[in-house]
Amino acid sequence: MLRRALSFGLPLATFAVIAAAWELLVAYGGFPPKLVPGLGVIAEAFLRLAGNGILLAAAVATLYRLGIGFLIAALIGVSLGIAMGRRQWVEDTLLPIVTFLYPIPGLAYAPLFVLWFGLGDFPTILLVGVASCFTVIINTWKGVKAVKPIWLRAAEVMGARDRDMFRRVVLPGALPYIMIGLRLGLAQAWRILIAVEMLMSVQRGLGWLIFGAQTFLNTDVMLATIAVIGAIGIVLERQVFTRIERWTVVRWGMVAA
Amino acid sequence: MRKGFSWIAFVRGVAGVVVLAAVWEAFARSGMFSTAMTPPLESIGKIMWRILADGSLVENAGATLVRVFVGLAISFSVAIPLGVLMARYWVSERIFLPVLSVLLPIPSLAWVPLFILWFGIGNTATILVVVYASAFPLVYAVWTGVRAVNPLWLRAAAVMGADEATLFRKVIWPGALPYIITGARLAFGRAWIGVIGGELLASPKLGLGEIIFNAAEFLDAGVMLSTLIAIGVIGVFFERFVFQTLEAMTVRRWGMVAGSSG
Repeated sequence: MLRRALSFGLPLATFAVIAAAWELLVAYGGFPPKLVPGLGVIAEAFLRLAGNGILLAAAVATLYRLGIGFLIAALIGVSLGIAMGRRQWVEDTLLPIVTFLYPIPGLAYAPLFVLWFGLGDFPTILLVGVASCFTVIINTWKGVKAVKPIWLRAAEVMGARDRDMFRRVVLPGALPYIMIGLRLGLAQAWRILIAVEMLMSVQRGLGWLIFGAQTFLNTDVMLATIAVIGAIGIVLERQVFTRIERWTVVRWGMVAA
Repeated sequence: MRKGFSWIAFVRGVAGVVVLAAVWEAFARSGMFSTAMTPPLESIGKIMWRILADGSLVENAGATLVRVFVGLAISFSVAIPLGVLMARYWVSERIFLPVLSVLLPIPSLAWVPLFILWFGIGNTATILVVVYASAFPLVYAVWTGVRAVNPLWLRAAAVMGADEATLFRKVIWPGALPYIITGARLAFGRAWIGVIGGELLASPKLGLGEIIFNAAEFLDAGVMLSTLIAIGVIGVFFERFVFQTLEAMTVRRWGMVAGSSG
């Protein structure tokens, strides 16, 4: 009983303490209120931005870029990863390049992309796609490699053609890894996108909202936007992928729910 | 995932790189774009040599790495006590976990403009980004690692009269280390992304991200590409050599994991 009360009460207490500490800092810290706004001011900024549709427009624009960019990453990543896993010569040829490019932070390409493609949506989406495809490639490749050889041999003995083998054995077998790759890829794409929007001066977007607010010292707007970014991050991670996993790998009995 | 060295894999790998280089070279010399934007390999090589010879690449890479390691040191000194506390005491888990879950999904680079307003452009903002990016994987790694320590070992050590300090040093720490090293590897990867992003946005005086940002002002794609290559080389170096050696030196010697490869 006490344990249950604590497990519910302690997190609440923590947030209350943090909120109180923040308010004390605002009231007695001697910082300019423009730079360290009170919680009420932040909430007001949030309501104002949510009310006049700016926040929604920015979030939609950002999610649109994320969607297309991630789609590019998923298409390139899954197909290259499968090719590398199935054909030894593809693996031998591409692995050194992929291994080298993988640890380069995608954001580092941003100025180069601006130089090549200009500012705006196109380079932003392209960059997000390129930057997040490597995680998908590596995980897909590992997944295809991890398909048990005995399944392949069993299917072969039972007369599966190459196409059946791929659709019925390799793909479901590799899917748990592919899912991990896509999940990590989406998280990476999300992280990078916010920063890229700051560098690419896109028309609308959550990253741009933060960056633009900096010019006018609108700390309240920045904090409200950061909160929205965090919330979208949680939804992407917890809702979207858990659902997809339930429809595919869990249903096929590849992993436990 | 083939075991050992294979000549055919090596030749194919080289062929892949050569083909990529040839495509780039054909593209660069085709005159579709000016050579300032797509410089041929020869001039990238020359620029690489120039910034290596005059020491500017080393100086900037040094500045970037110092930021990464200062940030990682701060992260470690926060993450280890926090992770251990959370794993050992249920109450502290209930206190800190919700806060971590709220902060974790916010990309570290989203904070940069705010850090700039609060702490000015330069080192502080960049190092804070590194801390923010690397602290979470570390806390989670320590937390999971300590919880994964076999309770039997803890009870055995307690029965044999180990006090809390000995228990930590001789049982918990070595037991959790495989997780912590994995976390450190992940944290370095995050820190490496964070520092480059931080340098691009917060423009400190020196740093690899700063070179790229400056080169963009002068439309100097050669310098940008050379720096990108340097960033890749440093990243691979740490990922492949430093962390794998670290793993081999500590964890494997104590027999905690069966010689992992790759």
